[in-house]
Amino acid sequence: MATRTFGEPVQRNIDDRLLTGQGHYIDDIDLPSVAHAAFLRSPFARAKITSIDVSAARAHPGVLGVFTCDNIGHIDQDLPLLIPHPCLVGPRTQRPLARGDVYYVGQTVAMVVAVDRYTAEDAVRLIEVDYDPLPVSVELEDAAADGANLVHEDVAGNVAAHFVQNSGDAAAAFARADHVTKITVRVERSTAAPMEGRAVCARWDRITEQLMVWDSTQAPISVRGGLASLFDIDEDRVRVVAPDVGGGFGQKVLFFYPEEVLVPMAAIQLDRPVKWIEDRTENFIGSTQERTQVHTIELAATKDGEVLGLRDFFLHDTGSFIPYGIAIAQVASTSIAGPYRIPNIEVEFKAIYTPTVPVTPYRGCGRPQACFAIERAMDKLAEELGLDRFEVRRRNFIAPDQFPWKREGLLFADGLAVCYDSGEYDTALSKAAEAIGLDRLDEMKADARARGKYLGLGLGFYVEGTGLGPYEGGHVRIHPITGKIYVNTGLSTQGQGHDTVFAQIAADQLGVDPSDVIVVEGDTGAFDWGVATFASRAAVVSGNAIHKAASKAREMVIEAAANMLEAAPGDIELAEGKARISGSDRAVTLAEVATATNPLRYAFNKAAQSATQFAPASKHDGPPLADGKAPGIEVTDYYSPPYSTWAYGCHAALVEVDPALCTVDIRQYVCVHDCGNMINPMIVEGQVIGGMAQGLGGALYEKVQYDQDGNPRNAGFMDFLMPYATEMPKVDIVHMETPSPLNPLGIKGVGEAGTIAVPATIISGIEDALKPLGAGHFHEAPVFPHMIFEKLGGADQAKAS
Amino acid sequence: MSKMHVKMTVNGKPVEGLAEPRTLLIHFLREDLNLTGPHIGCDTSHCGACTVDLDGKSVKSCTVFVAQANGAEVTTIEGIANPDGTLHALQEAFREHHGLQCGFCTPGMITRAHRLLQENPNPTEAEIRMGISGNLCRCTGYQNIVKSITAAAEQLASMKEAAE
Ligand code: FES
Ligand code: FES
Repeated sequence: MATRTFGEPVQRNIDDRLLTGQGHYIDDIDLPSVAHAAFLRSPFARAKITSIDVSAARAHPGVLGVFTCDNIGHIDQDLPLLIPHPCLVGPRTQRPLARGDVYYVGQTVAMVVAVDRYTAEDAVRLIEVDYDPLPVSVELEDAAADGANLVHEDVAGNVAAHFVQNSGDAAAAFARADHVTKITVRVERSTAAPMEGRAVCARWDRITEQLMVWDSTQAPISVRGGLASLFDIDEDRVRVVAPDVGGGFGQKVLFFYPEEVLVPMAAIQLDRPVKWIEDRTENFIGSTQERTQVHTIELAATKDGEVLGLRDFFLHDTGSFIPYGIAIAQVASTSIAGPYRIPNIEVEFKAIYTPTVPVTPYRGCGRPQACFAIERAMDKLAEELGLDRFEVRRRNFIAPDQFPWKREGLLFADGLAVCYDSGEYDTALSKAAEAIGLDRLDEMKADARARGKYLGLGLGFYVEGTGLGPYEGGHVRIHPITGKIYVNTGLSTQGQGHDTVFAQIAADQLGVDPSDVIVVEGDTGAFDWGVATFASRAAVVSGNAIHKAASKAREMVIEAAANMLEAAPGDIELAEGKARISGSDRAVTLAEVATATNPLRYAFNKAAQSATQFAPASKHDGPPLADGKAPGIEVTDYYSPPYSTWAYGCHAALVEVDPALCTVDIRQYVCVHDCGNMINPMIVEGQVIGGMAQGLGGALYEKVQYDQDGNPRNAGFMDFLMPYATEMPKVDIVHMETPSPLNPLGIKGVGEAGTIAVPATIISGIEDALKPLGAGHFHEAPVFPHMIFEKLGGADQAKAS
Repeated sequence: MSKMHVKMTVNGKPVEGLAEPRTLLIHFLREDLNLTGPHIGCDTSHCGACTVDLDGKSVKSCTVFVAQANGAEVTTIEGIANPDGTLHALQEAFREHHGLQCGFCTPGMITRAHRLLQENPNPTEAEIRMGISGNLCRCTGYQNIVKSITAAAEQLASMKEAAE
């Protein structure tokens, strides 16, 4: 039997290149005579542009072109609204370059293309723009209040969308409840901050009339389609490649960002390759962000702590535009009941425009906010009913035999029903309790007290709808000369390790080593059906598509090999790159099979020559290629999930607070998670821990701050604090594997799993730690030292001591 | 802007070029020498993606003018592998322990770790974390990076022992 690599920590094929400095990120692509773009961006959150003078910039030596909305032709139009939804009351998207108005600090106003970036930046400074600033309401609640300054003059109340969904009958549940718990929680804005910012490089080939675009995007196929239609070029003559991409985390899934259309436009107009590499400041002011939401959540419970109903109303900050529709708010509102049965739910939200950079999904996409709201509410419920935090959760978990658990009436972001497919929630909770050493908690608290510190237990449970449709494809081909397997899919990688798990999937079917599988993704020239990388969907959707294609390829190999070896198909096994008759040494290599299935007469190589010593690969009469057959071993197949598959997990932490310094130290962190069958546990762990670092940022460090005029106050790594190795605790991971019944591989997504529950976990730990000091509740994320200081009595307390 | 003549040794090879006085070392390495291993993640000396070794010290080459490197010995990620072309123990360890995901921080991280292990061949976990606290990674959560550096330190120590 062939060795199965599914479930093994197979090392990554791409690493050697990346470890030696041989990666090709977009800025590493060296094109002859490439020109460089730089942008003039709005310094105002909201203003009218009264004049723009680019004459000095145009005259600057080395400048090749200066563009404003007046000389970019027909692309001076609103960029697309990607996900329309009937509840959008005033959908607005931005233009590539501002016309008349600016809506956030950082909005692109003009573009300069010059011989190098230094010169382009010099010329940007020579552009004169007159602005008439307008008054703004920057904070979410202010923007939503009556009489707020409007972001878009014609959108009343700054309301971009208003949506209500119901499952069951919440009003009736509240009417019969013994107890109602109500809290308001607030989660602040953060940003993905991938280490490589966005980047675009474009080349127009006048001879073949081909537009080649390298784009550090999560959605190359969509970008290709969009560019083709925008520039009215045949799709086949636009190729978009996402080469090595230095992280994305959702920020790079949006299209179009202005630069993504302007750079190709400049390349066509100037007939010269053009490159733009986002700098870090631009990433903070010109790339999308996410997270600000304010939830008021109510739980209606029996006195035993069974939650009968849930009501949640929240405001969602969508920034100045809403290109991604209501996706984030919809994910938040449909994840709000977490792992709990809660049969009666009413969720309502308003998406509000604020004069800030637009909001699109960032790893977690509404789930961290929903998790924070429900988990903090469950803790409050436990406290009010005098129940144990673990027990109140246990009493409400969906039991393993209650799946599939459908929340009738709630539609997820893919437009399909919310239906949890499988899970063992209670077991996950118990494992977390055990791993964190719950039975020694009092001892550990006492130990902390002896050192002048306060220790608390953090707890957070999350669910995550993953693997959203509609579909992805997989293309599998066996190379006739080398016998290597070529695999393509349409979405792209930002370092997650797709290539390795996809290789494992194909390798298992075809009996080869994963290092003999060459995966090419993110190149529309290689495969151009598909959607994109987001919502923890790559392994689930592309993975299963590749699995389906590879299993068909396997059948073709077996049939051909059986013919070649004059054996029965049932006796053929695939291993070590060969098809062999079980229990014998009679075998053909995959290269020979691939060659023999192609009725071409030239014998270029040894495989082709040796293939001739076997019987024909196909038994049929008539022309060499049988009717309805294709040459070689090549299969394309697709996977389309019936609905999302729900991963989940439980985090627990020992959180120690120093009451004098108001600092937080995470003594231990445990993450129990279940993403179904694991293709590669090494890569799964990498995803989980990496996601947790971003969750940690959201719990304790990261908040994009704006002043009252809408100026970003911490648009750089100096002031926006992301965890370094010194902030990140060591994490203990406990894997569980409850297969998903929804797809052939039984897998669920894991990309966002690490991120979601961290703020709920750490912040509940802080609250628990400071209970003896009467610090009260912590219902905001992140928690900064000054907030702890205030909860501990602030300046008065400090003076008194 | 007038250009100046600069000379230095990069990865053991003498190199020279013309550069504006304001040219940063990272740009000279990447644009003029085509050494695109070191990356630019912030240009404000916070992320460490541009880390190179300059006369035996880790520096952030986005915050060094090329003029300041005149006459210096510079090592980039391209110069870390063993002379016979095989991967250095650190590079091997990063692969084995999945110390990289997107790989964008990796050249800076390894170049820094390479110097760290010369400064302190036998670091504790806390010393490793502190030692790379000038380098941001947004993908890995650092745990596997720390594991990789620990494993490489052990490997280098046992290689040294074997050689003695
Ligand atoms: S680019 Fe030099 S430290 Fe970030
Ligand atoms: S591996 Fe992506 S930033 Fe470190």
